[in-house]
Amino acid sequence: MSAEASPRAARAARAPATATATERLQRLLALVPYVVSRNSAGMAETAAAFGVSERELVDDLNLLWCVELRSPDPYCPIDLSYEGGEIVVSEAEAIGRPLRLGVDEACALLIALRMLADLPSVGDGSALSRTIAKLEAAAGAAAGPAAQIAVQVDGMTAKSTAAAVTEALNRDRRLHLSYYVPGRDEATERDVDPMRLLVVEGRSYLEGWCRRADDVRLFRLDRVLAIEVLDVARDVPAGAEHVDVDRGLFRPSPQDVHVVFELAPAGRWVAEDYPCEQVDELPDGRMRIELRTPDTQWVRRMALRLGEDARLLAPADLVDQVVSDAAQALDYYA
Amino acid sequence: MSRRKTERLLSLVVCLLSARRYLTAAQIRAAVPGYPDSFDAFKRMFERDKDELRELGIPLETGTNASGDEELGYRISRQAYELPEITLEPDEAAVLGLAARVWRRAELAGAAEGALLKLRAAGIDAEDLTQPGIEPRVQTPEAAFGPLWEAVRDRRPVTFAYRAAGRSAAQQRNLEPWGVVNRRGRWYVAGQDADRGAQRVFRLSRIDGPVRFTGPVGTVVVPPGTDVRAAVRDWDAEPIVPRSCRVRIRSGAGYGLRRHALSIEPDDAEGWDVAELNFTDSGWWSEHLASFGADVVVLEPSDLRDAVIGRLKGVLT
Repeated sequence: MSAEASPRAARAARAPATATATERLQRLLALVPYVVSRNSAGMAETAAAFGVSERELVDDLNLLWCVELRSPDPYCPIDLSYEGGEIVVSEAEAIGRPLRLGVDEACALLIALRMLADLPSVGDGSALSRTIAKLEAAAGAAAGPAAQIAVQVDGMTAKSTAAAVTEALNRDRRLHLSYYVPGRDEATERDVDPMRLLVVEGRSYLEGWCRRADDVRLFRLDRVLAIEVLDVARDVPAGAEHVDVDRGLFRPSPQDVHVVFELAPAGRWVAEDYPCEQVDELPDGRMRIELRTPDTQWVRRMALRLGEDARLLAPADLVDQVVSDAAQALDYYA
Repeated sequence: MSRRKTERLLSLVVCLLSARRYLTAAQIRAAVPGYPDSFDAFKRMFERDKDELRELGIPLETGTNASGDEELGYRISRQAYELPEITLEPDEAAVLGLAARVWRRAELAGAAEGALLKLRAAGIDAEDLTQPGIEPRVQTPEAAFGPLWEAVRDRRPVTFAYRAAGRSAAQQRNLEPWGVVNRRGRWYVAGQDADRGAQRVFRLSRIDGPVRFTGPVGTVVVPPGTDVRAAVRDWDAEPIVPRSCRVRIRSGAGYGLRRHALSIEPDDAEGWDVAELNFTDSGWWSEHLASFGADVVVLEPSDLRDAVIGRLKGVLT
């Protein structure tokens, strides 16, 4: 048995046109109960629900209708029609109910639901616990391993902060934030028109139109020092684009400085915690990393923090700056 | 070819679900169109078909109708096959839709989609965009996630090369995995370290190379009452013996320290304040203080002061 990472995620992303026979079988076994449970279903709506074109759906329906068993006497177990764009299944034989949830399927949903339970902003919480209970009951034994895997979301965010963000989103209101920027080590005051509440890499972020930067910005909720829902309607410019959460939160820009560190083994955590453009292993567990950041202050502070666990190699002016920072600081201990 | 195979597999499922008794291979061959004429070729194809149905989670049973029967037969029990009745209120369907989006582009994305498909087939309308204001995600960039989840799910021991924090070389580790936990955006596996005979936690991003199974399915026993969340939480929890320190902070700077200060008073020297702060992990704390450079000077305790001086000198070497 191969122990390499399984290709499930890649398989899921594949277009239906190249679906394998078993993937199509799964769809067919869901299609009949989908229609049966709704009595009838529109072609367009059904195609959308299954992520296929209407032509592919017609092909699926014809395939189901053509199923024939030969023994003892030949008969067609499934009877259906799709006249006038409305699908009706008049004979579903034994496949009128969907197949049970598999272990991965049941666990994927249960793990996600329990993760949502950590978020103060998802409903009143009772819908979550009711859904979890119903899903566990329906999944039966397949739900078992879900107890063995968990996703925890930051407990650092003040409930009042999350509540204010949710309120502003629900009531279309502008927010005023007092926000700590660690790279510059300062508290900033700004008005923000909220767009979404994101939960990525275990932390909650407010995505919003920052009226100080005149751009979309992300604010980590645990760095919000104070928050106020203003009596002003939120006003997000039509051109404001959502951050693509799935491509990572850090978006390098051409103005960023190009930073190179050489890390000792004790400094390797930097490569784990920050997105690097290039990571090269060196002898003795040392490592050379390259990354981009708009924030030179962050680089200076990181170099000071790392001490002998890292050497800043580029950019040259920052290398000089860090040496002078350290020398100045040491003067106070002389 | 693929369409014919889909037709054959579908017919096989319908045939076995409709059967009240176990059907022998010969009976199945007679009923299901699409199998080759040669009996050997049929047997080979039927074996593959059975495997593929089982991989989809279809509960294909083998047995005999009477104790005297010699030949094994096959059937699918409808009770084992069918998803039990489930109905959701609109607010429940909304959180389900939200939950299904959590894995998007991560390891279990396909599984979450598959589950949603079956629940839709059961009549549930899980709206995709009922809560447009919130977007939760979990990511699985670590290659080790897939095999470790399978190992936890199937209760199989594993081995992998692991580079512990600050170590220069990776070491081979043998683990009976009990659970996988994501904490602060990072994945960890907790379990019984077979070589050390003790419970251990490993960070997935520090696993070097492939994870291999070292034993059959069902051989790992998770001790009753094991709380994998707690195991991971305790693993990197700092010893909770807070110490206090006094530092000078330049006026108008060191905001990240002022936020957490127990007290702040103006210093005798112009342009400086003196703050009292609590800390627990002195290694991390000295690095944090050093990162403020010439804006922060440690007054006491002396071991902390020396650690910060050491950090700063390290920059110059």
